Amino acid sequence: MAMKFEKTGDNTYMLDVCGYVCPHPQIYCKKSIEKIAEGDVLQVVLDNPSSVETIVQMCDQVGHEVLERKTEGGKIYLKIQKG
Amino acid sequence: MEEKRNQIWAFIVTGMMLLVSAIYYSVNPYYIYVIAYIWFGFAYGMMLQYGRFCFASASRDLFAAGVPRMAVGVLVALMFFSVIQATLASTNMSTFHPAPFGIHTLIAGLIFGVGMVLSGGCASGSLYKIGEGNMTSFLAAFFGLCIGQAVFVDVKWFNFLIPQKWVDAAVVNAAARDIPVEKMTSSFDTYLAGYIFGRPTVQLSHTEVFSNALPGISKYFIADTLINTLIPAAVVICVIYYFYSRKGFIKKRAKQKGGQTGFSDELAGIWNMITASKRTTLMGVIIGMVAGLHIFVMKGLQNRFEISNFGELLTRMGHQSDTSIRGTVFDPGYWYITSQEGQFGGWILEKFGWNMHDNIFFGVNNGLPVPWRNPALWMSFGIIFGAMVMARLSNEFKFKLPKGELIVWGLMGGLLMGFGSRPALGCNIGAFFIRVAGGDPSGWLYGVGMVGGAFFGVKFFNWWSERKMAKEMESF
Repeated sequence: MAMKFEKTGDNTYMLDVCGYVCPHPQIYCKKSIEKIAEGDVLQVVLDNPSSVETIVQMCDQVGHEVLERKTEGGKIYLKIQKG
Repeated sequence: MEEKRNQIWAFIVTGMMLLVSAIYYSVNPYYIYVIAYIWFGFAYGMMLQYGRFCFASASRDLFAAGVPRMAVGVLVALMFFSVIQATLASTNMSTFHPAPFGIHTLIAGLIFGVGMVLSGGCASGSLYKIGEGNMTSFLAAFFGLCIGQAVFVDVKWFNFLIPQKWVDAAVVNAAARDIPVEKMTSSFDTYLAGYIFGRPTVQLSHTEVFSNALPGISKYFIADTLINTLIPAAVVICVIYYFYSRKGFIKKRAKQKGGQTGFSDELAGIWNMITASKRTTLMGVIIGMVAGLHIFVMKGLQNRFEISNFGELLTRMGHQSDTSIRGTVFDPGYWYITSQEGQFGGWILEKFGWNMHDNIFFGVNNGLPVPWRNPALWMSFGIIFGAMVMARLSNEFKFKLPKGELIVWGLMGGLLMGFGSRPALGCNIGAFFIRVAGGDPSGWLYGVGMVGGAFFGVKFFNWWSERKMAKEMESF
């Protein structure tokens, strides 16, 4: 089982942690945001509802903006811009 | 379509629980006792899932992501529960009993804390996550909390850790309590009889200092609630605010105000932290109140049937084989998680020929009822099904089989939780939440241990994920 962290464009990245349960999605998300530059956008895909609340609050506290949050087919998509 | 299907499943599960309750009551009205456990479990499950209420998350998310949401939720629940607990104690309607006090609580908490981070959920959190379809949590709960615990209380593998003075004391203490020699066979039995039986129990309201200084029922509210729970919980909230929330909040506030901030801004910051996740804080309040109501109902049923343990009702119904030699079964009278899962594991292992009655834990204290007559185990099943209904209603149910590393973390974490809950005679609920609110300072010892264990668990996962991230980024 593997997580995926990819550069998808000039200033965009994608983190796929589907299949992972707490605390892995929030740890990988935090570390991914640390790796990208301010203003870059990270698309996170996960299927562990318990991690979403933590990730959203983490962004709010640190000053990253959650641009989009949607659920489709049991997967949760978060688009985060590093602040 | 998916929404409709989820709603149908939620109705099916709720209907099944109603049917089970009706069948039990029609077999014998005494089973109302089991039914009460089922539905309180069901309510806990719904609330835990809705609030994402997990004690592992409380300390883990602080260390891993700097998020205080869950830690604050747990402390809010604790504060509300302690007020209700004191009200019940003052009206003689409490089933609470303090635990033996000692350093073992801290050590057990530490082991449990590492385990809950590895497995991804605490004892109660693992159950609600099973209800969400998370099978990593099933691995942790089944192999760790059920089978692991049962094995732990029945083997001699840990004799090398037992000092001779415990062995000597065990013989004397067991004889004083009329425990037959044939029921004292495992390392855990020697630990219980040689060490635990000799430890004092502490409930602040019952200490000489407080019972002399505080007349009547005020001792419950001042000693147990205010001193043992509210003040320490408020201090912990302030510490969390200072280290995890203050900087960001005050920076924003100063920007808005265009300069200086004062004490009122600090208070606003604390309130902002408490209300940052409304669903978690709201559930903290409600869980605290429901846990109090649970005690009230169980005590009421005990009074109604003139019993102090469900084992007496099982005996009246002719099920003596379910009970211990004392005629008792595990019947905490409040929210509890791990002991009943150990009983489930013990019952399964007996089906494979393992004698599980030859120890103090099952043979003398808790009995080994068949799962369908085990009241506390029904509470655990209730949590799973309650969480399943809530997850279905919010379209969050997803059946996920564990793969690769998650199997290892689930099993290891579960076993550590199982081993960590036995020496302290409880888990994040029984050893921490219930004890602190009941005025027993050993609950805080367990809590400190859990937080310490979570810290080490997060350190490990940080190292592990850093390695994996580095591999992923090789190509950039």
